Amino acid sequence: MCETCGCSTDGGAVLRKPGQTGYHVHISESCDGSDSHHHGEGHPHDHSHHHEESSSRKVLLEQDVLLKNNLLAERNRGFFEARNIFALNFLSSPGSGKTTLLEKTIPLILSHFPVAVIEGDQQTTNDADRIHILGVPVIQVNTGSGCHLDAMMINRALKELELQNNSLLCIENVGNLVCPAMFDLGEALKVVVISVTEGDDKPLKYPNMFHEADLCILNKIDLLPYVDFDARKCRENAVRINHHLEWLEVSAKTGEGLDVWQQWIENKLKQR
Amino acid sequence: MHEMSIALSIVEAIETKAREEGAESISGIDLVVGKLAGIQPDSLRFCFSAAAKGTLAESALLHIEEPEGVGKCMECCAKFPVSFYYAECPECRSLRIEIVSGEEFRIQTITIEEGEINNNV
Ligand SMILES: Nc1nc2c(ncn2[C@@H]2O[C@H](COP(=O)(O)OP(=O)(O)OP(=O)(O)O)[C@@H](O)[C@H]2O)c(=O)[nH]1
Ligand SMILES: [Mg+2]
Ligand SMILES: [Zn+2]
Repeated sequence: MCETCGCSTDGGAVLRKPGQTGYHVHISESCDGSDSHHHGEGHPHDHSHHHEESSSRKVLLEQDVLLKNNLLAERNRGFFEARNIFALNFLSSPGSGKTTLLEKTIPLILSHFPVAVIEGDQQTTNDADRIHILGVPVIQVNTGSGCHLDAMMINRALKELELQNNSLLCIENVGNLVCPAMFDLGEALKVVVISVTEGDDKPLKYPNMFHEADLCILNKIDLLPYVDFDARKCRENAVRINHHLEWLEVSAKTGEGLDVWQQWIENKLKQR
Repeated sequence: MHEMSIALSIVEAIETKAREEGAESISGIDLVVGKLAGIQPDSLRFCFSAAAKGTLAESALLHIEEPEGVGKCMECCAKFPVSFYYAECPECRSLRIEIVSGEEFRIQTITIEEGEINNNV
């Protein structure tokens, strides 16, 4: 198991639905081949089975390590395009307010467009339960010890969700500013959420995430008077890493800035 | 980080290729991991040995080439080494830098063992 984040193969991903206690789908094979291996303690390699007569040769692969995930992500993307579904992948550290933001955003969008949600967390259906109350289709992906969603999990989840054409699909990734940046899910755009309690140097500390994102939402601006957070500096840091990054400031709690955010989504939905 | 799931996908990809080639085992892997790819080679090595256990790649030696980050200034077109995404152009101080190298993350080649040669005449 990876010491830094706990990415591991045991405890493969599971799909769950709020209000359906027995409902339970194992994702048998994850993009990373998740459940076909057992880990040991990494003892020294054993070279003894090499035969003297054996011949070795080099084989050229020149293959992107994430090829399998990327191919599947493209299939998801094709599915979204065909159905005119606008898929957003929400990324952030744990607790920046992704679920709260969705709880506040969905009712605003729902009067014009259908919305569905895929929730990613290592454990629990807490976030899916919160979304379920809003009355929109939602499915929870429990990644087990995995620290990110991958394209295979989304592919499976799509088969279990009733998605409408011309709709918005929000995918809330596992709270983690590192790993989810590497895994394309097939989304149209990536939205990174950061909150004012996290420090304005976050973009510099996690450049890969901000490099990959299309939109950054600064959340919890209601707390700005109480914390030492320079929103302008944070934005400068983020834009230094990614010149194309769009920027919004909101408070999911008070509703400040949510009108601009709603407009942003509806513009994208209408462009399609 | 994500090195474990990455290690597993590498093992899966090379095992598939090795089987296609009729290999008995994989003795070497050449990876290209750019310095900006967001992957720690040491962590990857550690995870790889665990991920490869019981597979054709169990005894494989992992060779990792780490190309340096190279940025290109979008204002003056200068090219220079970078170690971060937020580099500054040493010529004109612009912050509008495009990364032209260092983000690579690929499996370049594998060395396969084809087993005993049985036509001893
Ligand atoms: N003051 C304030 N608190 C907020 C705001 N948005 C969310 N919170 C609080 O922040 C905490 C975490 O919010 P969540 O929405 O669960 O965060 P999350 O990003 O979904 O968390 P994970 O799914 O665990 O990664 C909760 O206590 C929220 O009430 C905000 O705009 N202002
Ligand atoms: Mg959440
Ligand atoms: Zn320049």
